[in-house]
Amino acid sequence: MRETLRDAITIARKDLLLEFRARTTAISALVFSALVLVIFYFARDPTEISDRALAPSVLWVTFTFAGMLGLNRAFQIELETRALDGILLAPANRTSLYLGKVFANLAFVLMLEAITVPLFGVFFNVDVVSPLVPLAGVIILATIAFVAVGTLFSAMTARTRFAELMLPVLLVPFLMPPITAAVQMTERLFAGRPLSEVAGWLRLLAAYDIAFVILGILLFEATLDE
Amino acid sequence: MTPLERATRLSNLGLAVTTVGFVALAGVYVRALAFTPLERFQGPAQKIFYVHVPAAFCALLAFGIVGVISLLYLWLKDERLDLFSASAAEVGVAFSVVMLTTGPLWGKPVWGTWWTWDARLTLTLFLFFLFVGYLLLRNAVPEPTQRARYSAVLGISGLVLIPFIHISVYLFRTLHPEPILLKPGRPSLPTTMLTTLLLSLGVFAVLLVGFLMQRYGLALTRAAREERGLA
Amino acid sequence: MLRAEGLYRAFGPIVALDGVSFSLDAGESLTVFGPNGAGKSTLLRTLAGLLRPQRGTVYVDGARYDGRNAAQRRRIGWISHQSLLYDALTASENLIFVARLHGVDRPTSAARAALERVGLGDRIHAPVRTLSRGMVQRTAIARSLLHEPGLLLLDEPFTGLDVDAARGLRELLTTEIREGHAVVQVTHNVEEGLELASRVAVQRAGRFVAYGPRSAFDAAAVSSHYRTGGTDA
Repeated sequence: MRETLRDAITIARKDLLLEFRARTTAISALVFSALVLVIFYFARDPTEISDRALAPSVLWVTFTFAGMLGLNRAFQIELETRALDGILLAPANRTSLYLGKVFANLAFVLMLEAITVPLFGVFFNVDVVSPLVPLAGVIILATIAFVAVGTLFSAMTARTRFAELMLPVLLVPFLMPPITAAVQMTERLFAGRPLSEVAGWLRLLAAYDIAFVILGILLFEATLDE
Repeated sequence: MTPLERATRLSNLGLAVTTVGFVALAGVYVRALAFTPLERFQGPAQKIFYVHVPAAFCALLAFGIVGVISLLYLWLKDERLDLFSASAAEVGVAFSVVMLTTGPLWGKPVWGTWWTWDARLTLTLFLFFLFVGYLLLRNAVPEPTQRARYSAVLGISGLVLIPFIHISVYLFRTLHPEPILLKPGRPSLPTTMLTTLLLSLGVFAVLLVGFLMQRYGLALTRAAREERGLA
Repeated sequence: MLRAEGLYRAFGPIVALDGVSFSLDAGESLTVFGPNGAGKSTLLRTLAGLLRPQRGTVYVDGARYDGRNAAQRRRIGWISHQSLLYDALTASENLIFVARLHGVDRPTSAARAALERVGLGDRIHAPVRTLSRGMVQRTAIARSLLHEPGLLLLDEPFTGLDVDAARGLRELLTTEIREGHAVVQVTHNVEEGLELASRVAVQRAGRFVAYGPRSAFDAAAVSSHYRTGGTDA
């Protein structure tokens, strides 16, 4: 268990270092995320739909679109020079590879979200500071769901033709429960209400995280050559 | 008997079962149209109910088969399990399409709208997306054992997803009740209607089995031909 | 040290390994020749535990090996024409990563030492993408030998190497074999392959159509098996 975590962190550190070196994915994802916010602001009738009414959905659709950009890369970097073989031949186990990718993807998407949230607050005139702590909690929980499934699926789609198309087609149906939950909770937080009003959604999201992290660990091995 | 002959026999048997199913379906509809009373509020449109509900049931059943067989595949690694679950997915697409097209046909005259985000309709819509994703993924992976493993992963994940979607739709609707859309929910059906529905469910189950046998027989035939072609 | 028994592996209808058996002791070197599509890479990946045979067994150090046992995996070194390196990282960052995964003590100095051994002591902080093909391959070799494996599996290791780099690799492998490492190499380069071999096999359509000590083969014999060996010729 401790070795698995240690190896997972080694792999995640390596991925983040690579990401930091190349920076293309991170910068593109950030610019894309800002663009989606802007497009959403204009893609409505402002006299009919207020900023506030639209805000929670915009936030989560933006996270989803932008977050998906980085997912395939996690495995594509391993396939370019067959570096994956090197990891599989090392004494580290398969679970540490999955968890390492999950950690790296989590760091990537959370970083993206951390920059998007203030931008969103300014563009949509939403107070994101007072509900910051519970909002961060919701974002982390929903991002775990996104990354747990996304990492599992990208391990497969990265090796298919049309990887960039295949991943969203497979992943988006799986995002319906976590995104619905996250939007409901975000809506409450922006309205200044306590999360306890949406305890059902919170439980659903937590259960989803647990179920899909476990599933990811169990099924990941089947995505590798054998 | 060679594998090819066995596969052909299975297909033929499947065809027979399907034929019986269709004949029985015609029988059920004679009963539904002529011998089952009109629903008081919904009128003749309600007759579509006897296709709509069983189709949804079969789509869900097909997805259950995909999920469970996928699990078995990862355990036993038998190629035939993979072919079987792929067959179930294709049959599932057909049933979910029937459900999704009859839904609006029923909904428009009864509720005055083509589409509602009713729990069962939404679930079947997601089943449809999952089936299509499953088949697209298969199409994108040329190597057979890799394809089998990948689709098994997706099939099992989908099975885990289904209850979450169901609960989400339920929670979503309790937060945003839409009173215009009078969902009949679980009305206590008059006995004759219930009998017709149960008969139709039975017939659809026969059709599911028939389709599955034919599709699986075809898959086995292809596999046997490929093997022979390269041997 | 390494033994294969009746390995069989098919990808759908295509049979890549069909009853391959051999055994190899420490200090021995097996070269497997064969045309493209003969299943050589499948053989090597199966021996490494990256692929699972559908029938048959691989034994490493006398024990059954299925790619799961960490101690057995640690015995294996893998060199291929693919570098297994991350282009955007420096040579040293690549090796430190590998050292950490292998649980090597003091990864940083181990990485430096390994790179110095292959004559890249002055380039350890250069990103791999700025290195020449020969230097990349030397880095890849340093990477593979970092954890001091006893069994080397080589997939077309000479592909794309210039004359100097090829000579360097040959010398290094000769030393390794003399020191008691076992080597399996798959290649279709007859000359390079024969030079290092103590045993030779020719693989066609998943089968060893010829297998024996090095002395039983010369270049002409290997080439003739290429053309005529195998039952499906």
